[in-house]
Amino acid sequence: MNSHAWELLVLYLTVLLLTVKPMGIYLAMVMEGEFAFVRKTERPLYRLCGIRAEEEMGWLKYTFAILLFNALGVLAVYALQRLQAWLPLNPQGMTNVSPDSAFNTAVSFASNTNWQGYGGESTMSYLTQMLALTVQNFLSAATGIVVVIALIRGFARHTAASIGNAWVDLTRITLYVLLPISIVYAVFLVGQGSIQNFDAYKDVTTMEVTKYDTPKLDAAGQLVKNEKGVVVTEPTEAKTQTLAMGPVASQEAIKMLGTNGGGFFNANSAHPFENPTPLSNFVQMLSISLIPGALCFTFGRMVGDTRQGWAVLAAMTILFIGLAIAAMAFEQQANPLLTQLGVDPALGNMEGKEARFGIAESGLFATITTSASCGAVIAMHDSFMPLGGLIPLIGMHLGEVVFGGVGTGLYGMLVFAILAVFISGLMIGRTPEYLGKKIETYEMKMTSIAILVTPLLVLVGTAIAVIAADGRAGIANPGAHGFSEILYAFSSAANNNGSAFAGLSANTPFYNTLLGLAMWFGRFGVIVPVLAIAGSLAAKKRLAVTEGTLPTHSPLFVVLLVGIVLLVGLLNYVPALALGPVIEQLMLFAAH
Amino acid sequence: MKTLLRPALSLFVLLSLITGLAYPFLVTGLAKTAFPEKASGSLIVKDGKTVGSRLIGQNFSDPKYFWGRPSATGPMPYNAAASGGSNQGPLNPALVDAVKGRIEALKAADPDNTRPIPADLVTASASGLDPHISPAAAAYQAGRIARLRGIEPAALDALVAQHTEGRQWSIFGEPRVSVLELNLALDAYR
Repeated sequence: MNSHAWELLVLYLTVLLLTVKPMGIYLAMVMEGEFAFVRKTERPLYRLCGIRAEEEMGWLKYTFAILLFNALGVLAVYALQRLQAWLPLNPQGMTNVSPDSAFNTAVSFASNTNWQGYGGESTMSYLTQMLALTVQNFLSAATGIVVVIALIRGFARHTAASIGNAWVDLTRITLYVLLPISIVYAVFLVGQGSIQNFDAYKDVTTMEVTKYDTPKLDAAGQLVKNEKGVVVTEPTEAKTQTLAMGPVASQEAIKMLGTNGGGFFNANSAHPFENPTPLSNFVQMLSISLIPGALCFTFGRMVGDTRQGWAVLAAMTILFIGLAIAAMAFEQQANPLLTQLGVDPALGNMEGKEARFGIAESGLFATITTSASCGAVIAMHDSFMPLGGLIPLIGMHLGEVVFGGVGTGLYGMLVFAILAVFISGLMIGRTPEYLGKKIETYEMKMTSIAILVTPLLVLVGTAIAVIAADGRAGIANPGAHGFSEILYAFSSAANNNGSAFAGLSANTPFYNTLLGLAMWFGRFGVIVPVLAIAGSLAAKKRLAVTEGTLPTHSPLFVVLLVGIVLLVGLLNYVPALALGPVIEQLMLFAAH
Repeated sequence: MKTLLRPALSLFVLLSLITGLAYPFLVTGLAKTAFPEKASGSLIVKDGKTVGSRLIGQNFSDPKYFWGRPSATGPMPYNAAASGGSNQGPLNPALVDAVKGRIEALKAADPDNTRPIPADLVTASASGLDPHISPAAAAYQAGRIARLRGIEPAALDALVAQHTEGRQWSIFGEPRVSVLELNLALDAYR
């Protein structure tokens, strides 16, 4: 790591940690209805929608509301894609999306995964980008946040039968947190160079004529092959370049702020129109972790002991620093195969990276986006050095609890905290309790489900794809790297990340279906048990702190929590990781 | 369940209209007022004709121009309607072959150049549309351009420096040279 990388990391963490408290307080005040103008302006909306805002919900009703709301999202995104050819705001005349791809994308955006089997600028109409995808960027983010707020209420409340009102929570977080920040953020992005318009794609005359080969087609539109079966190509010339346009900045802002990560363009945040400058890039990195970091403070404030929130945040920060340093250092390595050809190793591994970002920002961004459930990329992870690509995998395998996705990061970490309390309880022979709530059999069953469901989906899914011919057909890179591509795809889907080793040809009925299922169950297979824990905890008494209580704000607990996350999160995946990135690294450096 | 259906439906429609239509239209209005030129793509207009975007690279293979990053977009390089990278892994033989080919093309255009080859000049960018190269990649090509165009090396260096940006706010990103704008300036240079 060079000095630029260190400066960048220190600056990033400093700015992020400075935002945690003000943002955390604002979140808590909005969600608890402490602002008069919120209570005043939201009332007409509830009347319009037939919502009885004062009516609190038990955990089961809350869960049904969330599931129903997200199911509607899936239906809407699916329908808009399937009908887009006949709908307005489609200047490029994009055709309707195929059923399997539309299903995959619908689940993907509703589950805050934003895995993309399609290329944005060559598939989606402007209406679909806005009314289907941008909407889900808001609503799936809102869903994650309200689930953690409900869980926090579970800790904070005392023998209560309810954990909040799902409709009120969803409305407040969307309209009073996500929307206003996105407006300012989007205009800032345009100021840096992001585009925001509804124009048709623009043809510009290039300085040089581009000569390239295209496969020759016969009258029926089939590929022409010579007698050896090789596809015949013919030389072609392009005198113009077609610039894709669209309402990019508005989607970009909430894509990052809501840890969604689904790019307007295929190249995602590497595209100069999505992420034009290093400054826009720094703000994008900040905005991924802004809400997840702040929620830790919100947590502390709502349970009445801010030290609890800082302890969780400290555990996250420790894990983050380790991952970030590793990613930046591994990418600074040059590929020895290219150095052999006479390439200067000084710039590091530049394949699949942008010149304006270079190694440090690309490594840091990759760590942030996979520690969170964001999945936006500024560099192609598939072309990372083997161990450089291992870091994003580890970030996802830990369950994306290092800052994590909006809401999902904190509720994932709190589930680990419950496990940590339970394990330490076993060690000292006391009934475990966290924040004065007894952790009993029911909570531990739900915790186990929440922790085990994703590794199960990842490993079984990977195994199926490796066995099936349809699965192996998608592999782009030979050898161990091909296995990594599949492992990455399922890790990303089941953890609702959305980034990819994008060489994998995943826009096939096989992958669209399997990954779609992994995304849905990876999302709601965790949300449902978490809400069940919330309901069960809310019903319990809050016990007073005694001398025998394990303090959960101490450095000792932070270390314990970090240990539990590493042990439980990572251990499931060690054999799979050894077969992919680790073997590849050994092969790359052994021969040279 | 029935008590949930009406709030779910109406709230979904309401929030969809706000975040999916009102929000993007509002941002478009604000953006076009505050930054009209950037909102429509930072286009470069020369003699009444649009010749490109400041932010989107173009393909250059003529030795008299500075070459940009290799682009992996299909079917042609720098296809700004289908962005993307090569996604080749570090051990992929296709990557090694591609880099070999690019090095041969650089050597063929400038056989006497013995400088080490900057990595960004022979590796594909993430977007396939990277408008920049590193200052090292510009310096590597400067001798060739000066010779073929008959420009004083010092004058060319000054021209390159004009189109070189340092780190933004001295800390963000990497120093970089804007290839399309530099080549436009080369053609305008007399």
